Amino acid sequence: MSALTPTNVVQPGGDAPFDAPPVRRSPLVGFLRRARRHGGLMLGAAVLFVIVAAALAAPLIAPHDPYAQNLAQRLIPPIWQPKGTWDHVLGTDKLGRDYFSRLLFGARISLLIGLLTVAISGTIGTLLGICAGYFGGKVDAVLSYVITTRLALPVVLVALASAALVGGSLQGVIIVLGLLLWDRFAVVTRSATQQIARADYVAAAQAIGCSTPRILFSEILPNILNALIVVATLEMAHAILLEAALSFLGLGVQPPLPSWGLMIAEGKQYMFFSPWVIGVPAVALVFLVLAINLVGDGLRDVTAPENRT
Amino acid sequence: MLAYTVQRLIVALSVAFTVSVVAFFLLHLSGDIAISIAGPEASPAQVEVVRHQFGLDRPLVVQYLDWLWKAVHFDFGNSFYFRDTVVSLIASRIGVTLTLGAISLCLSLLVAVPLGVLAAVYNGTLIDRLALSFSVIGQAIPTFCLGLGLIILFSVTLRWLPVSGASTWKHYILPSIALGWYAVPAVMRLSRNGMLEVLSADYIRTARAKGVAPIVVIFKHALRNAIIPVVALAAVQFGFMLGGSIVIEAVFSMHGLGYLAWEAIARNDFPVVQAVVLILATIYVGLTFLADVANAFLDPRIRLA
Repeated sequence: MSALTPTNVVQPGGDAPFDAPPVRRSPLVGFLRRARRHGGLMLGAAVLFVIVAAALAAPLIAPHDPYAQNLAQRLIPPIWQPKGTWDHVLGTDKLGRDYFSRLLFGARISLLIGLLTVAISGTIGTLLGICAGYFGGKVDAVLSYVITTRLALPVVLVALASAALVGGSLQGVIIVLGLLLWDRFAVVTRSATQQIARADYVAAAQAIGCSTPRILFSEILPNILNALIVVATLEMAHAILLEAALSFLGLGVQPPLPSWGLMIAEGKQYMFFSPWVIGVPAVALVFLVLAINLVGDGLRDVTAPENRT
Repeated sequence: MLAYTVQRLIVALSVAFTVSVVAFFLLHLSGDIAISIAGPEASPAQVEVVRHQFGLDRPLVVQYLDWLWKAVHFDFGNSFYFRDTVVSLIASRIGVTLTLGAISLCLSLLVAVPLGVLAAVYNGTLIDRLALSFSVIGQAIPTFCLGLGLIILFSVTLRWLPVSGASTWKHYILPSIALGWYAVPAVMRLSRNGMLEVLSADYIRTARAKGVAPIVVIFKHALRNAIIPVVALAAVQFGFMLGGSIVIEAVFSMHGLGYLAWEAIARNDFPVVQAVVLILATIYVGLTFLADVANAFLDPRIRLA
């Protein structure tokens, strides 16, 4: 659910400035220099780093087993409330499971969903987009039609219905989202490919008899990679949000897995007396998505050719 | 103009047709519906009876054409779960969703367009930065979290507004904010970028040089041109809102189309799910068609291209 405005698209190509400086700088050095100066990118990267580190180290830092129930210690409030205890920093849920431990393991689920969904949808969308942009004509007409049809389908509804059909599991959600969320990849790679399909180096590759797959994957793909990485980050955030919504509606990841959306759904009935039950996973979700979006927006600014000085 | 309209209409109709194929086969290819209807305890013979009764023993293509033929005549068959026809179910629920979507769209446009104009006029200043930060943060808040947060704040703590339902206008306030929220960043960015582009145009400089009041330049000369792409986006966003209202309707227990679809999905009620998917997709296709035509009408460069 986002605007497919042309301004959101990174302009690919044009890597070499016309008046190139006499000293050759590595592109990576320039990238890092621009990245360091971009406040939003740095902030997002820092938050994302903390979340990824916490998710990877979850078994080491989690104070409790995220699945261990303790009915004697149900709904203990977090530490900043009067009755909070240091044993359960973020409190416990309705079954007495430690909220902090569940939150840590939930980060793994969100990140896994984000990465794998983007791996599937990115592959589908990029293939469709590159072919549409490179071949043009009838191929473009057919593929654009496919993209238009996909855009007409209500995503949340179709995802819910399909997730329910495949039985609502982690793998099921990843496959459903991966097969649905390729539209923006296709739209962006299509227009990015169109812009460089007539470039001299592509014509040169055609002239020396390179095979079409070779041109697509070693001439075109590296040159639209910037745009692709930006879309991948933003779509990762989209997939994480959708998974949370599916799980919240009870048709995504199933209990007892500690998905953040599921934690919010399970806490919904207690939210009137203990709002933190939904507040804690909601804040975690907002931080993760915000961090990913900041990184995506930052990468778009930093890699845009017009911002290279 | 006519040729352009006809061309867009043909595309829209064929997309709607393709969507109907997807909606039908998506739900039919993924499992044996007869077993789902008959229930897990049914014997094979009972399943066969059900299969015949619902016409599921016919070839898929025949079933599809039969379904489409009836769908075009607004007959989507009977619901498996609710003892009612799908059409009357949808007719009783669609009003809530359309009302919710329309209010949400108006709210988000009322917030996003002025904010975008403000950000463009004060480009590069603190106002611009605040507006952009707001759009980044806004996009990170999941609609259902926002909805629950609004309930906790305005219904539980302050007790100003009702928690759930859809009986009075007060019930629509919180859901519309939660649903409209998601469209704000996109509309804001588009109107900001459109305004930035237009404000640097020569005719704006001319108007300013003539001594036209700044407020007239912004609203009469600039906004009219900057708003064209926003019209198309608003139509698309309305379509997204109808599809996305399922989450908000679930949070606020509003018995609209989304809530109906949610109930139907959880109960394997295929006729209802198919009909809702098809209707929402058709509305979306219709909206984008209208947006295309409206855009071409407003901007001759599109229809003559």
